[in-house]
Amino acid sequence: MLDQTDGYTTADGRKIGGVVMEMKNITLRFGGVTAIEDISFDIREGEIRAIIGPNGAGKSSMLNVVSGFYIPQEGEVWFRGSPRPPMRPFEVARQGIARTFQNIALFEGMTVLDNVMTGRLTHMNTGVIAQALWKGKAEAEETANREIAEKVIDFLEIQHIRKTPVARLPYGLKKRVELARALAAEPKLLLLDEPMAGMNVEEKEDMCRFILDVNDEFGTTIALIEHDMGVVMDLSDRVVVMDYGKKIGDGTPDEVRANQQVIDAYLGVSHD
Amino acid sequence: MTQTQAATSGSLSIPALLKRNATQFANKPAYREKEFGIWQSWTWSEVDKEIEALALGLLNLGVKKGDFIAIIGRNRPYLYWSMVAAQCVGAVPVPVYQDAVAEEMAYVLGHCGARFVIVGDQEQVDKVIEVQENLHQFEHMIYLDPRGLRKYDHTHLHQFSHVQDQGRAAYNELINELNSRQDVLTYDDPCVMLYTSGTTGKPKGVVLSNRNVIESARNSSEFDNLGPGEEILAYLPMAWVGDFIFSIGQAFWTGFCVNCPENPDTMTQDLREIGPTYYFAPPRVFETQLTNVMIRMEDAGKFKKRLFDKYMEHARKVGPALLDSKPVSMGDRLKYWIGDKLVYGPLKNTLGFTRVRVGYTAGEAIGPEIFDFYRSLGINLKQLYGQTEATVFITAQPDGEVRSDTVGVPCPDVELKIGDNGEVFYRSPGVFVEYYKNPESTADTKDPEGWVATGDAGFIEEGTGHLRIIDRAKDVGKMASGSLFAPKYVENKLKFFPNVLEVVVFGAGREECTAFINIDLAAVGNWAERNNIAYASYQELAGNPQVLQAIQDHVQEVNESVAADEMLSGCQIHRFVVLHKELDADDGELTRTRKVRRRIIEEKYADIIAALYDGSESVSTTTEVTYEDGRKGSISATLQIRSAKVLPVGQKMAAE
Repeated sequence: MLDQTDGYTTADGRKIGGVVMEMKNITLRFGGVTAIEDISFDIREGEIRAIIGPNGAGKSSMLNVVSGFYIPQEGEVWFRGSPRPPMRPFEVARQGIARTFQNIALFEGMTVLDNVMTGRLTHMNTGVIAQALWKGKAEAEETANREIAEKVIDFLEIQHIRKTPVARLPYGLKKRVELARALAAEPKLLLLDEPMAGMNVEEKEDMCRFILDVNDEFGTTIALIEHDMGVVMDLSDRVVVMDYGKKIGDGTPDEVRANQQVIDAYLGVSHD
Repeated sequence: MTQTQAATSGSLSIPALLKRNATQFANKPAYREKEFGIWQSWTWSEVDKEIEALALGLLNLGVKKGDFIAIIGRNRPYLYWSMVAAQCVGAVPVPVYQDAVAEEMAYVLGHCGARFVIVGDQEQVDKVIEVQENLHQFEHMIYLDPRGLRKYDHTHLHQFSHVQDQGRAAYNELINELNSRQDVLTYDDPCVMLYTSGTTGKPKGVVLSNRNVIESARNSSEFDNLGPGEEILAYLPMAWVGDFIFSIGQAFWTGFCVNCPENPDTMTQDLREIGPTYYFAPPRVFETQLTNVMIRMEDAGKFKKRLFDKYMEHARKVGPALLDSKPVSMGDRLKYWIGDKLVYGPLKNTLGFTRVRVGYTAGEAIGPEIFDFYRSLGINLKQLYGQTEATVFITAQPDGEVRSDTVGVPCPDVELKIGDNGEVFYRSPGVFVEYYKNPESTADTKDPEGWVATGDAGFIEEGTGHLRIIDRAKDVGKMASGSLFAPKYVENKLKFFPNVLEVVVFGAGREECTAFINIDLAAVGNWAERNNIAYASYQELAGNPQVLQAIQDHVQEVNESVAADEMLSGCQIHRFVVLHKELDADDGELTRTRKVRRRIIEEKYADIIAALYDGSESVSTTTEVTYEDGRKGSISATLQIRSAKVLPVGQKMAAE
């Protein structure tokens, strides 16, 4: 059980619990370039947390730090009440963190179902040989995993493309399949890197509904990066705003909207 | 005769038929639904238990005898059970079109005064909540899929499975009440109320009695020898009378199995997996399927294409004759058999028609080419003519007497007569009880002797006794010259071209006929792709000069064939316009069953019609559109008006 101090209730009545993940004074450099400078924020259990900012603000780098893909030069990442040692991606996945990518990273030649099944990989214990021979526990295990994959397919309403190779799908559906694969891992924390980039209004609305439903139905904590301000403000409980690698705002959508620094970063400041 | 006796001796209601099936076909599948990638099935005895639990749950919530229970959602077994459970407790189910906009839904729910509403998912819950303020009698809503509904106020909202659980828990207290309510159901009690989509005015609630439904189901099942072994796929709207008769009436009468698709987008895959033996589809579905087949054949390799063309030609020649058991030479039979192995069989399998024994199409006229295509493959596709007020069946084509230009002979127990103005009247055991709360309309439609006006003009063909429908009686008019104007006749001829989706012809009281045309995006889009014609939107494609030329050729071809008909040669299309948007039910231009609403279109596009008649070359217009969520927007466009070649009208002009 996490420390529940400072838990809060959202405007629509959801109870947000303790801190799941905390960034403490993170600084990330690539050679001489400082991508992230001394940023701290937390993600609480059950909330939808957004990271926004103009192009090149360091949002994706931040998400990669959260997912353990980048190891920051300074600062600590705390997960469930203790500092997280440097980990390889699969170890992070085992901790219950799943993600999607800005530029879709699916197996193009495989069917939607197979792609979603890869999300179950960390939950499979039988060996390669047992699975190939279809002997012993392998069969029961696959059945159980398939059931979860099918529930996710049903949840995201992609039944009609279950057996379609991913390469043949339009962009909006690929994004949905990627979300399906992440969900199949039954994550506690879901990281979404620009889930709505390049979508039309209708696809965006669908995606918003799915994100809200995931949060509501499975109680999954969600951290997302997004460009579309309207979407972010509607969707998220709390927002971190970044600009040039620095945090310039943190709070509820209303607070952030009223923040002068945020307004300047988005609309520009006159220099005369 | 034994079945007739059963009908009169015991099975006087759908719940009574359920009890019979639960013993007679206890372990036979009654309903299937694909969920989580697997076909889940329920036997008749399981269905009996599920319905009983729901009926007890409804009693527990306080459903009274004579209440109306609205049912809204896509085809799912649970919703079919809801209808029967409602009947079990003496209430009347009212299925409502699930894609109806909130306003339409509010009218229907308010008109019948539904106290209870059973819906599929969050979308429907939201819609009902949106309109509930004005619904004074509305009390409780039950939903199937809990997704997204966790946070909602559950004072008047219940999950389907919870209602059943509560029903099971209260079994001992309520079972006597349930049994006594079922026992008093008579043959003349209302079985269901269905709202007609209404080409004019507000929808009307058609009340059908147990007698209407059971007699119609019995007659039609016997007409086509339907037995308990049939499989059907339930995918047409639940609020449509046909679905009610097929998926409840005939299913409960004969005990066959109803299969529900996984979701609307998987229909074609599910159709293939189930392989129904009894299939119904409006002409549009057959048209779309044929268009898809043709598009895929265009993309196929040369060898396959040639094989397909060669054997389809042969099938067109002998297929229909074989189906009608007419004499065919041994050589042709052998060639057809080879074709069946190479082409027809695999094609039918892909379409999901391998096992179809009886197939029906109705609602609109079907193109002779489309009709012949399916029949030549050996699919026993037939036409029927019916309406909600008749509990579907008025006429149907018996095996061996199938033609594309008639709608068949009267169904068993149906009497037909033709009125003085050419309108078709019928009388049958299926004739509806009344329009709910609308005695004037009831009296207008049904005379004291039980004859019902169909509103369609037609005639009975001499010799064969088949009925032929010309058009809606009120649409058949006179042109300024006095010659006969039958828009549907011309529209149908044009719609048989794959490029054309919808046509509206104008000309009543005018000198000449003109037309609005909608292109078919699938067919024309594919053609554009193959010819390297770039387009960004429907509007742009519809305005492409090459597309306009192709449509003009179609119009001229139709004019030639119309000119050949003495009576209707005045209906040739002089000028036409290809519309910049698809006619849509959401904009009120079509009914939910996709029939054209002429008056509304005439009002809405008055500017374009004016331009069609004043000789201008083009017209600029702005059209309001309604999105599915009820918001409105507008499209503006400049449309080109084209003149088509017409042939001189036959010398027997009435005006001369």
